[in-house]
Amino acid sequence: MNLDFTCEEQAFRQEVREFLAAELPADIRERVRLGRRLSADDHVRWQNVLSRRGWLASGWPREHGGPGWGPIERHIFDEECAAAHAPTVVPFGVSMVAPVIMKFGSETQQRHYLPRILSNQDWWCQGYSEPGAGSDLASLRTRAVRDGEHYIVSGQKTWTTLGQHANMMFCLVRTDPEAKKQAGISFLLIDMQSPGISVRPIVTLDGAHEVNEVFLDEVRVPVVNRIGEEGQGWTCAKFLLTHERTGIAGLGHAKQALRHLKSLAGRIQHRDRPLLELPSFRQRVVKAELELMALEVTHLRVLAAARDGGAPGAESSLLKVRGSELRQELSELSRRALGPLALPFFPDFLYGDEALEPERGEFAAIGAQYLNRRKLSIYGGSNEIQKSIVAKTLLGM
Amino acid sequence: MDFSYSDEQRMLADTLERLVADASGDAATSPALWRTFAELGLLQLPFAEELGGLGGDGIDVMIVMQALGSGLVRAPYLAGLLLPGVILARLADSAQRERWLTPLLAGEHRLAMAWQEAASRYDAHSIGARARRQADGWVLDGTKQGVLAAEAADALVVTAKLDDDSLGAFLVPSDSRGLARRDYATIDDWIASDVQLDSVVLPIDAHLGGDASEALDAALALGRAALCAEAVGAMQVACDQTLAYLKERRQFGAPLASFQVLQHRMVDMHLNLEQARSMAILAAASLERPASERDYRISAAKAYCGEAARFVAEQAIQLHGAMGMTEECQVSRYARHLVMFDHHLGDVDHHLECVSERLTAA
Repeated sequence: MNLDFTCEEQAFRQEVREFLAAELPADIRERVRLGRRLSADDHVRWQNVLSRRGWLASGWPREHGGPGWGPIERHIFDEECAAAHAPTVVPFGVSMVAPVIMKFGSETQQRHYLPRILSNQDWWCQGYSEPGAGSDLASLRTRAVRDGEHYIVSGQKTWTTLGQHANMMFCLVRTDPEAKKQAGISFLLIDMQSPGISVRPIVTLDGAHEVNEVFLDEVRVPVVNRIGEEGQGWTCAKFLLTHERTGIAGLGHAKQALRHLKSLAGRIQHRDRPLLELPSFRQRVVKAELELMALEVTHLRVLAAARDGGAPGAESSLLKVRGSELRQELSELSRRALGPLALPFFPDFLYGDEALEPERGEFAAIGAQYLNRRKLSIYGGSNEIQKSIVAKTLLGM
Repeated sequence: MDFSYSDEQRMLADTLERLVADASGDAATSPALWRTFAELGLLQLPFAEELGGLGGDGIDVMIVMQALGSGLVRAPYLAGLLLPGVILARLADSAQRERWLTPLLAGEHRLAMAWQEAASRYDAHSIGARARRQADGWVLDGTKQGVLAAEAADALVVTAKLDDDSLGAFLVPSDSRGLARRDYATIDDWIASDVQLDSVVLPIDAHLGGDASEALDAALALGRAALCAEAVGAMQVACDQTLAYLKERRQFGAPLASFQVLQHRMVDMHLNLEQARSMAILAAASLERPASERDYRISAAKAYCGEAARFVAEQAIQLHGAMGMTEECQVSRYARHLVMFDHHLGDVDHHLECVSERLTAA
């Protein structure tokens, strides 16, 4: 048993670090550091840099143009990116639909879509949740009726993250209303420019426009845009969800958030002493530190198992639950650390390009970020759903 | 990075599993079990080869303690071997080693470690026991509290302050004049002793080496890592037993395991177990680090495991319902031990403070 990274892994970490120092555009780094929303162009600019280096599709095998990294390299990469304030790669194309296309798509589909993802030509979004289908995803009602070489798709998708920038959507639709719930679902790729599609923003409680409603009104989708067989959509969906949960512990982000919190609480004064010296506050920071230490080792245990051939299973649910709880706690502590300074709200600075005095800009995102982080225990299968998965698959209950 | 056991470690784990399965009831504390430990090399395992040991590491100790924890075996591997053994290994000169360490590792005589005092709580360095140097030896005075394994020990390793206020470690034969012991049972099924030292006269060579502070810290670090592993072994069984009970017990016409509120509680227990296991691994793998880093990680692990053990214990009782309240129910014994785990070698509050004192900005 050995908890250390190998020399090769340490050298790799150094290589990633140097790359980030040299290649991450300063304006993007600063926006991420301050917690400001990135424009679509910012995302694409950064992802093009990654793409040129061959590091955009960190989970892909070499045969499809990925770097062929194992779970440990990916973990190191993610951790360094978070530490350097690099934007998170928008996951819907690279990490979500791509593995499904690789696993279930035809060769033609693979040859068409995968290079476009690698070159950032397509911006994908996820058409999973519906107003009546959240945790109970399989009860989705968006209908696809076969009409020759097309499906006619009608229905409504929701919580579509960054759908406002997307030109493609992968979508779960009901192709057989008679079949039992999971069996009648198919997996379609839909061009967002198609007639009949409209996207409406949902503003979340932090004032941000991150998610959307997508309305589909008799949208014609070519049958060749179906991944896998008709009725096989649920298999694709489940496969994708396990991928979504891998890395969802957000360990790199949690580490970065804890560093930031300590630095904040070390600078902010409480009765003429650093807040970090206030016993009740310090105690919570210490407990967060402990949770992070435990989470990191658990994460490495899961990664090492995956490297040695195990598939990410219910253990990733455990990581998701604890990781999201920890990141929420850290966002709560950062908000509290600011005291009255958590109240000011500058949406045009956070979500737009308006300038702000540096001393205000430094703290501006923290209150809103706390609210935004509530999503962590809800998305990707709520924590309650994760616990039910663990109960069923790991504990046999 | 590798979390798997070596072939030898797998064999060790298998051997211990069988040993623990056989060791129940009175056999668990009998001298015969200690002899078996000696025969299997378990007493030599954690010590360097040049000291007559087998050169095992923290992970080996973790394997042993986890197994002992899973069977709640009351063999004093920690109190009677690891703690006094590390002190001797670090401080004894060759003659003292020959006299005390070699027979300890052979299972020929038994030792115990008397470091705790009522007033010092978990702080092993602020103690009241004193050792005065005399022309032909030493005189010890003080009161040690909650000494485990003393009732079967031939001698005690006793900590005391010297005239210059440095910390010393002394070997005190159990039959020394002026040594009085009061034995009592503990809630977690040990026999503990309060030891009164009243002008106990010792020869010159009863004093082990120079300042004992670093050796004591090293011994306690190993002890704490070992306790974490023991707790994980016990937590695993408490979780297994609770899960089995939920599947078997029926109410409202259905197994308890079918109720979501209980499923999620069970998952929370499991989460605590796995996180505690990670911390126990981290502790075991940190023993060779520089002292400040070692103690930081081990305090973190001990605090974390203390909290997790209490959680698992309380939930195990709750999920067993009224049965969990009975002495007859096996899980209640695990629960008692898991709660009391926190009272050995520093509890959650003590170790949170240790982490807090060393909390770094990075």
